Amino acid sequence: MSNLLNISSSPHVRSETSTKSIMYDVIIALLPATIFGIYNFGVKAAVLIATCIVACVLTEYIWQKAMKLPLTVSDGSAALTGLLLALNLSSTFPVWMAILGSVFAILIVKQLFGGLGQNFMNPALGARCFLMVSFAGRMTSFTYDGVTGATPLAIIKNGDKAASVAELLGAGGDQAVTSVRNMFLGNIAGTIGETSALALLLGAAYLLAKKIISWRIPVCYIATFAIFVLLFGGRGLDVTYLAAELFGGGLMLGAFFMATDYVTSPITPRGQVVFGILLGILTGVFRIFGASAEGVSYAIIISNLLVPLIEKVTIPVPFGKEGIKDGK
Amino acid sequence: MNSCTERLKNGIITENPTFVMMLGMCPTLAVTSSAINGLGMGLSTTAVLVMSNLMISLLRKLIPDKVRIPAFIVVVASFVTVVQLLLEAYLPSLNSALGVYIPLIVVNCIILGRAEAYASKNPVLPSVFDGIGMGLGFTFGLTCIGICREVLGSGAIFGKTFIPDNFHITFFVLAPGAFLVLSFLTALQNKLKMPSATNVGAQGDIACGGNCAQCIGTSCAANKGILEAERAAEKAAKAKAAKEAAAKAKAAKEAAKKQEGKEKSQVAAAAAKEKED
Repeated sequence: MSNLLNISSSPHVRSETSTKSIMYDVIIALLPATIFGIYNFGVKAAVLIATCIVACVLTEYIWQKAMKLPLTVSDGSAALTGLLLALNLSSTFPVWMAILGSVFAILIVKQLFGGLGQNFMNPALGARCFLMVSFAGRMTSFTYDGVTGATPLAIIKNGDKAASVAELLGAGGDQAVTSVRNMFLGNIAGTIGETSALALLLGAAYLLAKKIISWRIPVCYIATFAIFVLLFGGRGLDVTYLAAELFGGGLMLGAFFMATDYVTSPITPRGQVVFGILLGILTGVFRIFGASAEGVSYAIIISNLLVPLIEKVTIPVPFGKEGIKDGK
Repeated sequence: MNSCTERLKNGIITENPTFVMMLGMCPTLAVTSSAINGLGMGLSTTAVLVMSNLMISLLRKLIPDKVRIPAFIVVVASFVTVVQLLLEAYLPSLNSALGVYIPLIVVNCIILGRAEAYASKNPVLPSVFDGIGMGLGFTFGLTCIGICREVLGSGAIFGKTFIPDNFHITFFVLAPGAFLVLSFLTALQNKLKMPSATNVGAQGDIACGGNCAQCIGTSCAANKGILEAERAAEKAAKAKAAKEAAAKAKAAKEAAKKQEGKEKSQVAAAAAKEKED
């Protein structure tokens, strides 16, 4: 009876969702890719992942203690940044460099701009680009099955334009025969988390099902990128090539897990579409016309910087104001 | 002579062009990839700054007000040409490292700024010392940034490598490193509360920071008036508050001493006394 007479101000219905639950959901969604990465690249990958997570959480803890800020380590955002950063590194990457990257991600990209919710670009990708610029050689040397080899994307990019993609991938020499099927499953060289499109799609399905992320950014991103590759890839309507570009590199990881970061992506529905298209075009430009075979991380951080502008021009019209023009 | 040492201190610390006034950012960010480049750029700028301040101060009564900026530019450009030819002749390696930024000293806002704000309105000797101070401040800023970037980015100081190749963080030699190091050093300067024009504590809420020694022009004079009035009001308020507190304490003491019955009237009396105060 007393429950019925309970009086309180609104809101009366609260969502169970919190920053913490979202962060842990994303971490759960990344588990398939993480586990596959450890299976694929061995103990070194596990050590790297653990190092990055611990370094990120510790950096955030020490900074917040030192600056006498409220401790937000338990919300999992720092751990998620560490995990994402590790998944973006090659398994042979030196541990001290990974720690440096973690400190950069948390301290400079996130905390110096005001902490969670204030960072202007994705911390994990900011750190990846910092490491990429600083240690280009170490960042792009990939080992698979004990053999140092190029990623499928690099093979295709540097290969003879006349030869077919299947031929190029098959001619990997000592490597296990690389095929699009292997690229989908993940038995290829690459960073710890990006190789298996299947594991990433599993995680993405979980996030979509729990409505943590919307379909707009990833779908627009991948679709735009696919169209761009078909138009400008120089190989015409080659399905093998298209599939290799989609499943190779960090596209799946970037599209589902990093471009959809709440802090650095638009909140307006139309803005998300624009953001996805922009990402697709930039990634295509970087991959096809750029010097490097990979361009997802740079595309995402550049688009992150444009998010405030995108949001400004895509504010939805309030209900009931549709017919009114010029403020009359 | 006192004003000369004041000018030096003003240039190097109080109004350091790099960390306080944020002037000349283009060379600051572009050429500080190593300590020697920063030092070279700073000293070249200093040379031009001293000579142009000297010349403009000498000519200050001859230059018509309407065409003063072109006149300043002509003076500055002449000295920049001299410096550039000297560098080309005697330090060709530094000249090629600094590249286009040597001719660009012409449009460096520190030089034009000092000419406009100081040299064109002051006698020769203080103007020269103003040039030396500002130049050394700029050199100090650039060399600091250069050392940080060189140590982190190429593991060396003034070309002497002491960190092995594997530990070089190339990021700091490239453009983003310049922004990062500059911002960190500026933050450090602010954090340490080094006395500067932007860092004068409670009096800093006026745009110029209340640094009236440097002020020329009517708006600043008005500012000075406001500042002085504010300070006087603050002082008066403080004195009043102290007086009131003393009176209150006295009243409370007296009240405690008296008997309970008499207390009420005493408090009333004390309150009346307070009002009078």
